[in-house]
Amino acid sequence: MCLAVPARIVQITGDDAIVDAMGNQWPVRITLCPGVVCGQLVLIHAGFAIAAIDEERAREIWPLIAEIDEFNEEQTHNYKGNV
Amino acid sequence: MLRRIRLAQLMMDKACRKFGRPIRIMEICGTHTVSIFRNAIRESIPPMLKILSGPGCSVCVTDTGLLEQIFSIAQRKDVILATRGDLLSVPVDSGRQKLMEIPSTIAVTSILEAIELAKIHQNKTVVFAAIGFGICVPGTAVAIEQAQREGVDNFCIISGLKEIVPAMKALLTEKNHQIDAFLCCGNMSAISGYDIYNPIMNEFNVPCLPTGFEPMQLIEGIAEICRQLIEGKASQCYDFAVSLTAEGNKIAQKYTADYFDVVDDYWRGFGKIEKSALRLKDKYDKFDAHKRFGIKRTTTEDVSGCRCGEVICGIIEPRQCDMYGKECTRQNPLGPCMASSEGACRTWQKYSRK
Repeated sequence: MCLAVPARIVQITGDDAIVDAMGNQWPVRITLCPGVVCGQLVLIHAGFAIAAIDEERAREIWPLIAEIDEFNEEQTHNYKGNV
Repeated sequence: MLRRIRLAQLMMDKACRKFGRPIRIMEICGTHTVSIFRNAIRESIPPMLKILSGPGCSVCVTDTGLLEQIFSIAQRKDVILATRGDLLSVPVDSGRQKLMEIPSTIAVTSILEAIELAKIHQNKTVVFAAIGFGICVPGTAVAIEQAQREGVDNFCIISGLKEIVPAMKALLTEKNHQIDAFLCCGNMSAISGYDIYNPIMNEFNVPCLPTGFEPMQLIEGIAEICRQLIEGKASQCYDFAVSLTAEGNKIAQKYTADYFDVVDDYWRGFGKIEKSALRLKDKYDKFDAHKRFGIKRTTTEDVSGCRCGEVICGIIEPRQCDMYGKECTRQNPLGPCMASSEGACRTWQKYSRK
């Protein structure tokens, strides 16, 4: 089961982080990628961030990431609109 | 995108013309198996290009002996077995029993959840069935580190962790093998680095190309394999998966090296493969279910008539097994390749129109 999900880090507390993909947020362990920072895109496999993703390259070949960001931007926009 | 697809097709056509015989590319990742079928990649490439499913589904390559040991541990009254969902419907005991039928078996999405279960159920031992390839190993080590640091002594793993490269080598060492190239798992290579395929490429001159799971990555990856076959030289290429480097994730590799020894182990379809599996180092004995419960690692015969072993090695296609689609179906699987969500037989039955 090698499927890994790309997600953005939104919060870091020690070795634990919260990541976000398409509005779904969940906790992961970042022990294997200690240099990551909030806002960075990482690959999540079975509860662990396993690699930071080079965004520029990822965008060229992984339309899914663009879709996720588009969705997030839409959500943010809608949220602001409601306020 | 259409231009890229056209260029890829031209390269594939060129390779087919040059070889004048079927070109066999083996994928060695269960997630590739599913993606290739879901996106109809087989139908999108020239018929002379054959995609074989190899030993890429970790549940499928787990031999019956280890499955029975996991089952016997799950039956203990003092144990909660935590496992990823894929293992739940794999039959043992000639298809008569499945893990999902044992009430104390719990499906988890991560080994970290198993540790939390152990903290809650302190009167039981929580055993995590660690079945997987290299991508799963560093996380398992991190979990063992946590269990030790936090004194979670009622937690351990039963290890079916394996490395794919020794199996690739075993396939190519067979005298009459018909594998022209490997399509490798891009995500697993993110941990190991693409350098791990160098020994295979150097010794056998067989292209090993890591790709992601998106259709374009697969199409262009297959075209790159064709380019290398035309050129007659296997070479490193990492254009078709994200976040790949030559050396991979060094921290993850150190966790693996610190916590695990590389040992010989049994694989379904292969028998014993030298230095192909990972076992916890002696100093972490208490977290090793085999040692904790005094179980010796043995293997046993597969279900009679089940040809999963030959499917895994790319010797036959699922439909060549007499039980496929008859006694053995997605609703009533008899072999692991039909039971696992990434098994070749299950994927064939789910997506194949033929």
